[in-house]
Amino acid sequence: MQLTGAEIVIRCLQEEKVEHVFGYPGGSVLFLYDELFKQNQIKHILVRHEQSAAHAADAYSRSSNKTGVCLVTSGPGVTNAVTGIATAYMDSIPMVVITGQVSTAYIGQDAFQEADTVGITRPCVKHNFLVKDVKDLAVTIKKAFYLARSGRPGPVLVDIPKDVTAQKCEFEYPKTIAMRSYNPVVKGHSGQIKKALQLLMEAKRPIIYAGGGVILSDSAAKLTKLTKLLGFPITQTLMGLGGYPGTDRQFLGMLGMHGTYEANMAMQHADVLLAVGARFDDRVIGDPNHFAQVARKVIHIDIDPSSISKRVRVDVPIVGNVSEVLDEMLKQLESMTAKPDAKALAEWWQEIETWRGRNCLKYKQTKNVIAPQFVVQKLYEVTGGDAIITTDVGQHQMFGAQFYKFDKPRHWISSGGLGTMGFGLPAAMGSRFANPKATVACITGEGSIQMNIQELSTCKQFRLPIKIINLNNGYLGMVRQWQEMFHGNRYSETYIDALPDFVKLAEAYGHVGMRIDKPADVEPALREAFTKHKNDLVFLDFVIDTKAMVFPMVAAGKGLSEMILAEDL
Amino acid sequence: MRHIISILIENESGALSRVSGLFSARAFNIESLTVAPTEDASLSRMTIVSVGSDEVIEQITKQLNKLIDVVKVVDLSEAAHIERELMLVKVRATGKEREEMKRIADIFRGHIIDVNESSYVIELTGNTTKLDAFLDAIDRALILETVRTGVCGIGRGDRILRA
Repeated sequence: MQLTGAEIVIRCLQEEKVEHVFGYPGGSVLFLYDELFKQNQIKHILVRHEQSAAHAADAYSRSSNKTGVCLVTSGPGVTNAVTGIATAYMDSIPMVVITGQVSTAYIGQDAFQEADTVGITRPCVKHNFLVKDVKDLAVTIKKAFYLARSGRPGPVLVDIPKDVTAQKCEFEYPKTIAMRSYNPVVKGHSGQIKKALQLLMEAKRPIIYAGGGVILSDSAAKLTKLTKLLGFPITQTLMGLGGYPGTDRQFLGMLGMHGTYEANMAMQHADVLLAVGARFDDRVIGDPNHFAQVARKVIHIDIDPSSISKRVRVDVPIVGNVSEVLDEMLKQLESMTAKPDAKALAEWWQEIETWRGRNCLKYKQTKNVIAPQFVVQKLYEVTGGDAIITTDVGQHQMFGAQFYKFDKPRHWISSGGLGTMGFGLPAAMGSRFANPKATVACITGEGSIQMNIQELSTCKQFRLPIKIINLNNGYLGMVRQWQEMFHGNRYSETYIDALPDFVKLAEAYGHVGMRIDKPADVEPALREAFTKHKNDLVFLDFVIDTKAMVFPMVAAGKGLSEMILAEDL
Repeated sequence: MRHIISILIENESGALSRVSGLFSARAFNIESLTVAPTEDASLSRMTIVSVGSDEVIEQITKQLNKLIDVVKVVDLSEAAHIERELMLVKVRATGKEREEMKRIADIFRGHIIDVNESSYVIELTGNTTKLDAFLDAIDRALILETVRTGVCGIGRGDRILRA
C-alpha cells in the first residue's frame, strides 16, 4: 500500500516500539503532526522549548535504555534543539532526532525557517541524514535507530523536507540493516583480555576506574561481580555513578576534579589501572603529564578505539562492548589458577583507609544557615537512596554526586561532558515518562533552573510529580567559587539579583512551592514533599549558605593528587 | 612527520564536509586533500596529506574510521607507496625566455599544453618535491599562475585498498 512520507515516519516509529516522542510542532512538520494526531500508539509530549524536547528524550534514554525520540520543526526548532543534541552527543546517549526541513525546492533559497540542519548539527551528532526522496525514508529511519544504539551510542538526526512528508511510496520497514562502512567491534580480543587478567593478578596496588560505558552497556551487575571477585578498590566518573553500589566499602567515591581524596590518591598511586568504559577526560585525571609521572600499567576497555591512548598511554587496549568484555573476563577468571596478591592488596587497602580517614567530604552544618551538602544528604535519606536524581550544572551537581549514594544504574542523570545548565528539569520529565512509577527529583540551583523554567508548564499538563530541589545561594556558585579561588574574589556577573519568588512562581504554574531557610526545616519539608505531596510537583526553594564551596578540588590543569581540601582538613 | 592518508568513503552528499569538519574541529592539520569517485561510483577515494606526531596521526586515522560514511582508512606512508600530484603553471614566455622555458619543462618531463604569443601553460606531474623543484628552477618573476591538485597516492604491489 502506498503511504505518505508522514505516515511512513509514524509507522517506522511504531515499528521501533517508540512510546513517547518529545517535540514541538511547526510549519515544516505539519504533516507529521497530522499523522500523530490520527493514532494512539505513540504519545507526544509537548514541551515548551525545543531544547527541553532534546533533553527529555535524552534523559528518557539515560534512565531506561530505550531510545529517546525528539521531533522539532525546521530553522529555529532545530537551532533551539542543538544544545540538547550536543549534550546527548558528549555523553554518548542513543537518541533519534527527527527534524522538519523546508521543501526540497526551497532548500538553499534562504526560505522562511530554513537552516542548514545537517551542517549545523554535523559536529554534535553520531551521524545525520537529509532525506530527499520518500523512497529512502524508511531505510534511513531504520539506519538512524541502528546507529544510535549500536557501537558507541549517540544521537542521530534525520532531516525531512516538508514535500517528502507529503509524497507517497510503498512502505516496507527493513527487518535488518547492514552498512559496509559501519561495523563496530563488539567482542573484546580474548588474548588481550588474558593479558589484562595476568596484569591484574600481579598487581600490588590495583584500582578499577569505571565510567559511563558501564551504564550504557547495562553492565553494572557484571562490573560488581568482577570487582567483588578481585577485591580491588573501585572509583567512578561522574557518568559512571550507579554502575557499582555507592554504599559498598570497595567503592572509593567519584574521582576527578571534585572527587574524593581517597579515590584520587588511589588512582594516582595505583600500579595497575583497569579502565572500564571511561575516557580519562580532563575533569577526571587533570594534567595528563602529571598523571604520567607515576609509572603504572593501564588496561583500557572501550567500544571506541579513538578513546584509547587519546590522553593517557594504554598498555593493554581492549576494544569492545563493556558487557561482552566483562563476560569474557569473568569466564577466563573462573578458569584461572592465579589469584590476586592478597598480602599486597591488604597493604594497599590499609593505605587507602588512611586516605579515607581524612574524611574529605566533611562539612559543617550550623544552626542557622543551611549547608547545601546537608540538603542532599537529607534528600538521600528521605528518598531511601532510591530516587532518580537529575541535575543541572554547577556546585549543586557536584554536591549531588558526592552526597547521594547510587546503588543502582540509570538513577543518576546528569550532563557530564557538555555541562549543560537547563538540563535538570526536562531531564526529570524524560526520566519520569520512561519510569512512570519512579520517584524523580531534580537537584538544581537558582541559576540553572531558570534556563528551562518554562517546563513547569509541561509538568502541569502531564501531571509530573517531580520534586525540584533548588539550592539557592543567590550566586552562580561554581563560577563564583573559581572567582574566589583564582580571580581575587572579583565576583564578575555571578550574583543573581532580582530572583523571582520561586514559591509564587511554582504556584502560578499550578504546583506546590515551599521556601526553606532553616536547617531544622530541611528534613520535615522534604518529608512533606515526598509523602503528603507525593503526587504533586513540589518546588523546594532551599535558601543555602551563599559561600559554600565544593571540596576537594583539583584546579584546572593541576595533577590529580594536587587537591585542595576544605580548610579544616 | 608527513603522512599520506587514503580514505574510501561512501559517495554521499556532505561526505567531504564530514571529513574536513573533523579536521578543523579537532585541530588536525591538512596540507592537501583530493577527492574523486572511484571505478565504483558509489565510493569516493580521498587522499589527505597531514603533518603530526605519531599520536596525532593515530588519532586522525581512528577519528576518520569513526565517521559512519568512511569504509576504509589507510596510512599509505607506513609502507612502500607512490604519490603523484598534477600542477598546471602559466608562465610568461617571451623573447629568449620562451626557449629556456620549454627546455626546463622538457628536463622535468612537463608538457606545454597551451601556447599563445606571450605565455605557456605547462603541465607537470610528479611528487611534491619534484613540482617544488620545478618552481624553484624557473624564474619566479615569470610565473603568472599555478594550480596544483594536491597529492594522490597508492600503495605499491600487493597493498590494495578496496571496500
